[in-house]
Amino acid sequence: MLYGYAGKMLEVDLSRDRIEEKTYSEDLLRQWVGGRSLATRILWGRLGSRWQEIDPLGPENVFLALTGPLTGYYPGAKMIISGKSPQSNGIIGSAISGEFAVELKCAGYDGVVVEGAAKNPVYLFVADDTVEIRDASNVWGADGKQTLRLLTKETRDELSKRWPSRGLWKDPGILYIGPAGENKTRIAAVLQKWSHAAGYGGYGGVMGSKNLKAIVAKGTKAMPPAADQAKVNDLIREVCEDSFAHDDWRRWGTGHAGYSIGADMSSEPVRNWQEEWHDEKSFGVDRFEERVWVKRYWGDYGCPTTCLKLAVLREGPYKGAITDNPDYELQAYLGTNLGIFTPEENVYLVAKVDDLGLDGITAGNVMGFAAELYQRGVLTSKELDGMDLKWGDAKAFALLAERIAGRKGIGGILAEGTYRAAVKIGEMKDVDVMKYLIQSKGVAIGAHGIRSGLDYASDLSYSCSVQGGDHTSTAGLPLDGELWKSELSMMVADSGVVCAFNVFDMDVVWPFFKAVTGWDITREEWYNSIALKTVQIQRAALLLGGPDLKWDPRIHDENPQRFYEPLPNGPKAGEKADREKFYRRRREFYAAMGWDENGIPTSETLQRLALEDVDEALRKLRKL
Amino acid sequence: MSEEKPASVWIVRDYRRCSGCRRCEVVCSLHHEGKIWPEASRIRVFMLVPGVEIPHLCVQCPDYPCVNACPVQALSVDEKTGAVRVDKEICNGCGDCIDACPGRVPHLHPGGGYSLICDLCNGDPECVKACKQGKWNTLWIASKPDSPTAGTLSIKLYARPPQETTKDLAEGLYGDTAKEVI
Repeated sequence: MLYGYAGKMLEVDLSRDRIEEKTYSEDLLRQWVGGRSLATRILWGRLGSRWQEIDPLGPENVFLALTGPLTGYYPGAKMIISGKSPQSNGIIGSAISGEFAVELKCAGYDGVVVEGAAKNPVYLFVADDTVEIRDASNVWGADGKQTLRLLTKETRDELSKRWPSRGLWKDPGILYIGPAGENKTRIAAVLQKWSHAAGYGGYGGVMGSKNLKAIVAKGTKAMPPAADQAKVNDLIREVCEDSFAHDDWRRWGTGHAGYSIGADMSSEPVRNWQEEWHDEKSFGVDRFEERVWVKRYWGDYGCPTTCLKLAVLREGPYKGAITDNPDYELQAYLGTNLGIFTPEENVYLVAKVDDLGLDGITAGNVMGFAAELYQRGVLTSKELDGMDLKWGDAKAFALLAERIAGRKGIGGILAEGTYRAAVKIGEMKDVDVMKYLIQSKGVAIGAHGIRSGLDYASDLSYSCSVQGGDHTSTAGLPLDGELWKSELSMMVADSGVVCAFNVFDMDVVWPFFKAVTGWDITREEWYNSIALKTVQIQRAALLLGGPDLKWDPRIHDENPQRFYEPLPNGPKAGEKADREKFYRRRREFYAAMGWDENGIPTSETLQRLALEDVDEALRKLRKL
Repeated sequence: MSEEKPASVWIVRDYRRCSGCRRCEVVCSLHHEGKIWPEASRIRVFMLVPGVEIPHLCVQCPDYPCVNACPVQALSVDEKTGAVRVDKEICNGCGDCIDACPGRVPHLHPGGGYSLICDLCNGDPECVKACKQGKWNTLWIASKPDSPTAGTLSIKLYARPPQETTKDLAEGLYGDTAKEVI
């Protein structure tokens, strides 16, 4: 008997208007668990033999939204969005919080797998066993807030019609995209609840390419049975108590870090990473608390930590902006990285980017890049469609974000993401702009710098990650190291699927798996098999890439040039990454992963993990 | 010092403090159903607009319109706690109690089709404990006002449909922008 899983996957082919339920064998689930691992296995199984030919923004790509066995049990509500990434051309597991995961599971599905593309805009409506592809023409073009408002109303009305005597229907869970996704930008997020986003990977554009505006779910069933519900209840209590013991974490979330990562750690992007230190007290968490936070504890289903905060501007020039916190990443990327140091301007820009359906990290990365090119005179105001893109000008950046989401003018180039935009602008202007680029393999680098040596990220983190610049899935040694320092460890959270912000003790996670599934998934099995296999497939897909570009590890398993330049100011001025030391560590990392000296998984490694088809696919790359 | 539970209690709710964590739904369904079953929870947190979270549950109106409306006498008032009790063997799921309730609080059990109404966990509600434990303090226990000067009828004002409460709360939180997001 299968415990912890709803037991069915919803398979949708939008080209053929076909909806099917698929059952995955216990053996398959036992081996690949859920979330990122299972998504990787499904994707590779379907597209692996033709990986390089598949256009991430074409109908052949597969879009996945998967829960895991711990989703809905482990406190918090996370799931994984995946597919072939239009940013890295590999596979990225992009985590998103929100009620949709639990609604879907209570409707009886562990995930949704979408193939093909609809002729006209549609949304998918899952209400227990009734699943429909519905017309979305009235919400196509709508921003995030309007999309959520209209779809909530339409689907609640529909539910009331279907079962009128039941009483009031609660809001369903809704995964959606904004205009940036509809316009197939490569930097669009998949969103829930205005500001909750799966950003890395660019899967908003994948939904857009399928003409899929949203997936709505309402599940009225119980969570699927757990193997040992009493033990699950004890473990839930344990996680909650751990959370409640972290008062500071609950009070601030990551919202203190917009000031402190810069001031304390000299590792926060400032003006496109030209600096990583600042002491701007105007950006302190106290200012956010007193001026913009109207709800101090905000969270998703089942979460004890509620690290989010609701931020609202009720007056002033940016009146009407609503978003969460913002969290550290967006305080940094849509704040300090653009030279913005006030809560109001930060909240305004984050709300704008959320409403447009852009990923905040990537949008802040590409806009910072553009602003540095303007600062250096590489891009002129004329080439920026008349904009005066000065550091700190929130309104100018908001205007640029609109142009990116709409693919208008210069926005059309920046909508391709930082790497592709740099290639294009470099060709256009015949200048080397690669040295201003802060990304890894098409994916913007998260807001944790490596130069000061004080933050958790290292020279391996982004250069060798199978998720590129993703700051949550960082490569590092040892392979079974801390959650935030090894992607094999983060794979636990991404496959569970568990919110990493609610993991206070990894030793609670293993018994949690057992109590929910009944399977004795040990630490050893995790690191030697499940997570390792997944990372090898992700690595293979990344190196195969295509069709528009692919990565050569000898060139692209590398840090941005800027990380080798000394920090210009602050207590860590002069610190930088050491290239020789990095090359040595990279060799050690390759060896630990079972990769050859060129960073390609060896035949022996893949055979040992029973990944013969991956071995076969990589054969052509080994002739480098 | 003894901590005697008041014989007749009601659950005070401070919507602005609600984080939307829905741990109340988790513990309610575990207590009543033995499993996690949000849609079978007697307390339901409505989030018709993000950030506007409304724990929706019975207020035990002094005149119990739901009990009076039940055509098959499936509903009764618990003498000790004042909670409405539903006899699920008798309830036929007609929904008359929902129509009679000024807040449309009851809803039908998604598996059994009978009416679900908060029973105050026999005077020691699980939702309140979960809410207090996490220090959200959206819900807490107060003795029930027992005279007009204490505000007997004011209790009933909290039995409002969540869409109405949402509007008021959203205007408080979001000001003029509220009308664009509701």
